[in-house]
Amino acid sequence: MKRFAILFNAIDQSTRTTVKVAALADYFADADDMDRLWTIALFSGRRPKRAVTTTRLREWAAEASGIPLWLFEESYAIVGDLAETIALVLPPNPSVDNQSLTHWINALRGLADVDEPARKAFVLQAWQRLGGAERFLFNKLITGGFRVGVSQKLMTRALARATGKPEAELAHRLMGNWHPDDVTWHALIEAQDASADASRPYPFYLAYALERGPDALGGPAEWRAEWKWDGIRGQLILRNGHYFVWSRGEELMTDRFPELSRAIDHLPHGTVLDGELLVWQTGAAEPSSFNALQARIGRKKVPKKLLAEAPVVLHAYDLLEWQGTDIRDRPFAERRALLEAACADLPDDAPIRLSPQHRFAQWSDLAALRTTARDANAEGLMLKRADSPYLAGRKKGDWWKWKLDPLTIDAVMIYAQSGSGRRANLFTDFTFAVRNGNELIPFAKAYSGLTDAEFRQITAWVRKNTIERFGPVRKVTPHHVFEIAFEGIQASPRHKSGIALRFPRMSRWRHDKPPTEANTLDDLNEMLRIYG
Amino acid sequence: MARAPVLTFTDRGIYCPAGDFYIDPWRPVDRALITHGHADHARPGMGSYLATHQALPVMRHRLGTIDARGISYDEVRTIGRAQVSFHPAGHVPGSAQIRVEVAGEVWVASGDYKVVDDGLSDPFEPVKCHHFITESTFGLPVFRWPDQVDVAADLNAWWRGCVDAGKTAFLGAYSLGKAQRLMSMLDPSIGPILTHTAVENTNVVLRGQGIKLAQTVHVTPELNPKEYPGALVLSPPSAQGSAWARRFGPQETAFASGWMALRGIRRRRAGDRGFVISDHADWAGLLWAINQTEAENIYVTHGYTDIFTRYLNDHGWHAQVIPTQFEGALAEAEDGG
Repeated sequence: MKRFAILFNAIDQSTRTTVKVAALADYFADADDMDRLWTIALFSGRRPKRAVTTTRLREWAAEASGIPLWLFEESYAIVGDLAETIALVLPPNPSVDNQSLTHWINALRGLADVDEPARKAFVLQAWQRLGGAERFLFNKLITGGFRVGVSQKLMTRALARATGKPEAELAHRLMGNWHPDDVTWHALIEAQDASADASRPYPFYLAYALERGPDALGGPAEWRAEWKWDGIRGQLILRNGHYFVWSRGEELMTDRFPELSRAIDHLPHGTVLDGELLVWQTGAAEPSSFNALQARIGRKKVPKKLLAEAPVVLHAYDLLEWQGTDIRDRPFAERRALLEAACADLPDDAPIRLSPQHRFAQWSDLAALRTTARDANAEGLMLKRADSPYLAGRKKGDWWKWKLDPLTIDAVMIYAQSGSGRRANLFTDFTFAVRNGNELIPFAKAYSGLTDAEFRQITAWVRKNTIERFGPVRKVTPHHVFEIAFEGIQASPRHKSGIALRFPRMSRWRHDKPPTEANTLDDLNEMLRIYG
Repeated sequence: MARAPVLTFTDRGIYCPAGDFYIDPWRPVDRALITHGHADHARPGMGSYLATHQALPVMRHRLGTIDARGISYDEVRTIGRAQVSFHPAGHVPGSAQIRVEVAGEVWVASGDYKVVDDGLSDPFEPVKCHHFITESTFGLPVFRWPDQVDVAADLNAWWRGCVDAGKTAFLGAYSLGKAQRLMSMLDPSIGPILTHTAVENTNVVLRGQGIKLAQTVHVTPELNPKEYPGALVLSPPSAQGSAWARRFGPQETAFASGWMALRGIRRRRAGDRGFVISDHADWAGLLWAINQTEAENIYVTHGYTDIFTRYLNDHGWHAQVIPTQFEGALAEAEDGG
């Protein structure tokens, strides 16, 4: 674990990409094969099966550190990270451990076969043996979620440096369903045939937001435009008579969308589509709202009733593999022509539809169209350069998302709660209200959109203007007005206000407005009528 | 026997009716007893000030012309019907706990304190009392200060690394106390220590009262950074990354505070590195200090007051949270911790 802890510290202590890449590249160049395989796995969200429940971990940690459980829980709420909280409350231990990362992972996996007292004895002993960063990392191996500021991009860059292979190829190799149990370092990183696994997806190409209109993009003739749908991005793979659905977060979602299995009947083997998963009722002119899709995402096994009520289709907008060949290097216009041909004969009830392209002669035509996006239940427009290849990851230049401006409402801050983790000693989570006569009706929570300096300023204010405390929540004087931006509005009987917002965040601190000028519940209901 | 408490908590600060004085008041009053010179404890506008001889020079420097008197540690003065004495709090040079005795009942207002010896301030001395007023800035069991010898080694290794990489090391710290403590931890053989005006002004005052500090070079507008290769610059955190700092070319920034014990805050605040160095007591330090006082009644002011109070009550003390007006200092504690 020592070598892994050194790597972790080097990455964790720095905010500089160059330092992180160098530390990772050094590690990939000289660490043991199994250790580096596990390192890639851990940093890309693959973790050993949880050997101990977090409930037990908390109890054992409180016991081992001689503090009551409630105090441990309070500490955890503030620190925001279970592995770190445990590492901090246990008595310090300066020793350094010489076992490898893989040794500890295997030992943890061995716990699946033993009874609870034996598990407890193992964990307590490990806590006694491991000190500092090693103890924290051991806990992380159990709790999972190595969020250490290592993006996939950064990791592939480091691997490229260590192995001499191109980044794009490595990004593709690291995609999909592999696990250190079934693959070797050689097979994953070095072997010739990287596409042996039929389920392996391609890295998604992600667009940047277009901040200031398309005029700077050059002539409109070089560009194609589509709706930017408000669903979830998905990659549909049809290979060897099987289908696989991947989310952008590299989650295999095949079982959640059984209706897509019928794609096998309509498209040939060796086809990979990029598109948007949307709930679309038969015969409807536009897709249902994101809310309808949310019910589907939440279910791993979909009940028949829900399947009928909220049928999902893939709105295809790109073709990545055709007849078993990776065509990502070909120009978008060419891929699109192949996609159109492939989708030409699809029957109406096929679970795949072609996402239409908009014709436009000038940018102003497109600007006018964009203002109608909400009517189509779209979030705005996507602009793609006609000659662009399908790249891996977020790259500037060829793909842009030109989203609608968010809806906004001016609201009064009435409750504040301190954050955890990075924001442990700041008030960052706020509840906002609209006016209704003399009453203030809470309708949204938001915790992002302010700068660090603004969070510090509001924190100092909250401390001096607390009216009442409810545990970690503070009721504050209704004084500050914030502009709340959001992407959508829905009726919601669960909420006191009767509405729920999508992605609410603080877009502006309205120092210029007193609470008496904040918006009203009537205003909110009017927005629900128009946009809901 | 309804007797007025020796100390009460008012909207101006801690008040002693028997002596008609306030401790660390935040609104103007006639007579103020001050635990130490940090801005959230020594405020302007008081009719008169009483503080330790060691705390006065910094207060005079910061507050200008004030009607102030000094007192030695352990010296007993009678104010009205109260016996008052000041005892080392170990927080910063000159910092004190204030002991107030009226008719045999003893209260101690500890201000801010730490129980490890920083080699600079008079070390914390527990004072036996019936009622103890304590801070709880770091009143959670996750706060456990590492051995300062190890931290000093890490700090110097970081500085040496900066020098090797051709970068200027920028270390952020509160200008009274923390900065001077860091100066005593830094290894002068690595390079020169440069200081921001806010830090150097305090250095001048402390040297003037006979406190020995490491040699420093004041960064004036005329100073040419090229003449100080391998330098470390000590400044308030706010000066880091400012136009003032940019003239030093390639640099790494670090921050020294108790808050750096938490990874999340370290990643938000620290720039390149965070060092766990605090002028407040950690969890074990708070409990040790409270035990030493043998007090039964504990009043908890700053920090994680609710949690710390609950713990004390569960463990046999009579503890209570002091109203929120006392919390004004916390925002600064983020920098000063």
